[in-house]
Amino acid sequence: MNYFPDEVVEHVFDFITSHKDRNSVSLVCKSWYKIERYSRQRVFIGNCYSITPQRLIARFPGLKSLTLKGKPHFADFNLVPHDWGGFVDPWIKALAKSRIGLEELRLKRMVVSDDSLELLSKSFPNFKSLVLVSCDGFTTDGVAAIAANCRFLRELDLQENEVEDHRGHWLSCFPESCTSLVSLNFACLKGEINLASLERLVARSPNLKSLRLNRVVPLDTLQKLLMRAPQLVDLGIGSYVDDPSSEVFSKLKAVIQLCNSIRSLSGFLEVAPCCMSAIYPICENLTFLNLSYAPGLQGNDLTKLVQHCRKLQRLWILDCIGDKGLGVVASTCKELQELRVFPSDPFDAGNAAVTEEGLVLISAGCPKLNSLLYFCHQMTNAALITVAKNCTNFIRFRLCILDPVKADPVTNQPLDEGFGAIVRSNKSLKRLSLSGLLTDQVFLYIGMYAKKLEMLSIAFAGDSNKGMLYVLNGCKKLRKLEIRDCPFGDVALLEDMGKYETMRSLWMSSCEVTLGACKILAKKMSSLNVEIINESEQLEFSLDDRLLVDKMYLYRTLVGHRKDKPEYVLLL
Amino acid sequence: MGKEGLGLEITDLRLGLPGANSDSGHRCDVMIDKNEKKRAFSEISEDDVEEGNRKKTTIKNQVVGWPPVCSYRKKNSFSDKDGSAKASKMYVKVSMDGAPFLRKIDLGMHEGYSHLAKALEKLFGEALRNAESCEFVPIYEDKDGDWMLVGDVPWEMFMESCKRLRIMKSADAKGFGVLRSKEALN
Repeated sequence: MNYFPDEVVEHVFDFITSHKDRNSVSLVCKSWYKIERYSRQRVFIGNCYSITPQRLIARFPGLKSLTLKGKPHFADFNLVPHDWGGFVDPWIKALAKSRIGLEELRLKRMVVSDDSLELLSKSFPNFKSLVLVSCDGFTTDGVAAIAANCRFLRELDLQENEVEDHRGHWLSCFPESCTSLVSLNFACLKGEINLASLERLVARSPNLKSLRLNRVVPLDTLQKLLMRAPQLVDLGIGSYVDDPSSEVFSKLKAVIQLCNSIRSLSGFLEVAPCCMSAIYPICENLTFLNLSYAPGLQGNDLTKLVQHCRKLQRLWILDCIGDKGLGVVASTCKELQELRVFPSDPFDAGNAAVTEEGLVLISAGCPKLNSLLYFCHQMTNAALITVAKNCTNFIRFRLCILDPVKADPVTNQPLDEGFGAIVRSNKSLKRLSLSGLLTDQVFLYIGMYAKKLEMLSIAFAGDSNKGMLYVLNGCKKLRKLEIRDCPFGDVALLEDMGKYETMRSLWMSSCEVTLGACKILAKKMSSLNVEIINESEQLEFSLDDRLLVDKMYLYRTLVGHRKDKPEYVLLL
Repeated sequence: MGKEGLGLEITDLRLGLPGANSDSGHRCDVMIDKNEKKRAFSEISEDDVEEGNRKKTTIKNQVVGWPPVCSYRKKNSFSDKDGSAKASKMYVKVSMDGAPFLRKIDLGMHEGYSHLAKALEKLFGEALRNAESCEFVPIYEDKDGDWMLVGDVPWEMFMESCKRLRIMKSADAKGFGVLRSKEALN
């Protein structure tokens, strides 16, 4: 079927970069499969237990960039025990043994050890980029190994990891010869670092575009760093505290004026609101502003800042901005595409935070809005219906009402109609998270209208198995389904077992699924791993099939049971 | 997996109840087998998920794992606002029987008892290795001046009330008058 020599086909494939497209291309015929696999450089593995490193290496000898995800999403909320799995060690060991010239490794929710990092740093001479998101298990010693040994390191990006800090020597481990850094993000590290080393590092990194500092970097160091790196595009500020009348602060104000490439601003981990005015000059050009880790800023500080950000496309903020503040965002940020409003104090319901009013204002003012994460105290059907009228471009819609089963406070009705309106009018919706009082009806709507939906998160919702069945039957593109505390049971689980082969994973916790049903599913579907996580000792003694399962996580896999499961995981 | 200690197996120091099973024959440790350790910590563990119960245990009227804010964010964006000491500088003295000098440790830098145990292992590994075969018990002096056994109360409560730490030989514990908190005794 090939009218062209392989080299030509391969050249054409060079233009096909998305994982989905390359996967499709590889399925066309044997010849294309072969050409594609030899030319593939970037591989994304959404579940590290779906395949083994050995098979990856065998299929893609030209691999340069690997992305791996480990624990299920609900691990973020402490629903998955600490040592459940997701270890990167076997992957790094296998890659190190092979002839793969790894250049980039991106991990999310995986357990990473210092030994792994050291092996990584020593095994791949061209290694350029390490991105760790929500990982744990390592210390700054591992980070030091990367700094010391990766001679051509371009990117070291640590996002929201739990890292044990052994004090700041890691930064001093970058050799003097290292001048290749483009991106350095160590905001999640807690400990002290050598500030002079940091200044020298930045001074000898002419390509540095992204720098995110941790909390211990003080304002006067920030000023010196910006002097050295006025070309920065992305800046994360650590500590931003000083006396506005000080000389250092004046110097900072002056140097910030020179930093006209900054498009992305984050951090302010420690902040004195009176110093914020120095930032206003760069606000005009900002496209991304993340103040969600800056609890030191009050509502009116935030509002004043946002008024200067006319070009903003993405805004992550705390709910102390209030509905009024969101109104200011709505009238200022006409280019806004993504909004995330996080709770500043999840346990204090008394604080006036944001409600449905703020969301309605945003939907009315920001026509380009396509991605939302919104923590609020209450929501009404009327508001959601209005939002659905104003915004029809949502790709991600995640609403979290802090009281998990709260009804519409005006009508006392469930929020079925509101969410129904959202899915009906947003035909491109790929990700949805529900909350509030919800019956089976909302799932009927989701199954009917959310035809492009890929990920759905449900908590404390529904009345019966019908709810889950509407979703499984209607959402043809569903890849990830995660459910907690819903009255869904065996009937829903077992109705269409083949469906799970079309999905990456299913999580169900505190639902009404029995051990017996899980066993049936596992027996029938050899391509699925069905894991039962049960931390009470009961399961060991009583294998009664009628027992309700506490937590079940199932995922499709090509390689059967994993060998690294902890004691409390039962693999059926 | 679940890499415990730092290779100092011989001198493992665990925060646990004295007199627990030590079926491994290691010296100088208060060893508890893994399951017991889980149970011992289940009362004090911050995420009550570890209890294995399906009941929704509440902390300040909240449900386990709700609101769905990732744990990193929970630890890093709220405490400041309450002005609750930014949980950063809470240095207390740590003494160990038989060690020539005391150390200081920042309680705020640790996220729980297991972190603390690891840190103590690091500080006193040397001294533990040199000591003769004996068992140790971690105790702390609280705000009232009483010596309490480490591990009974929730971590945050411990952080607030701990004034100093002592790693005591359990042989001495018998005559010392160490109090247990009411919660642990129930």
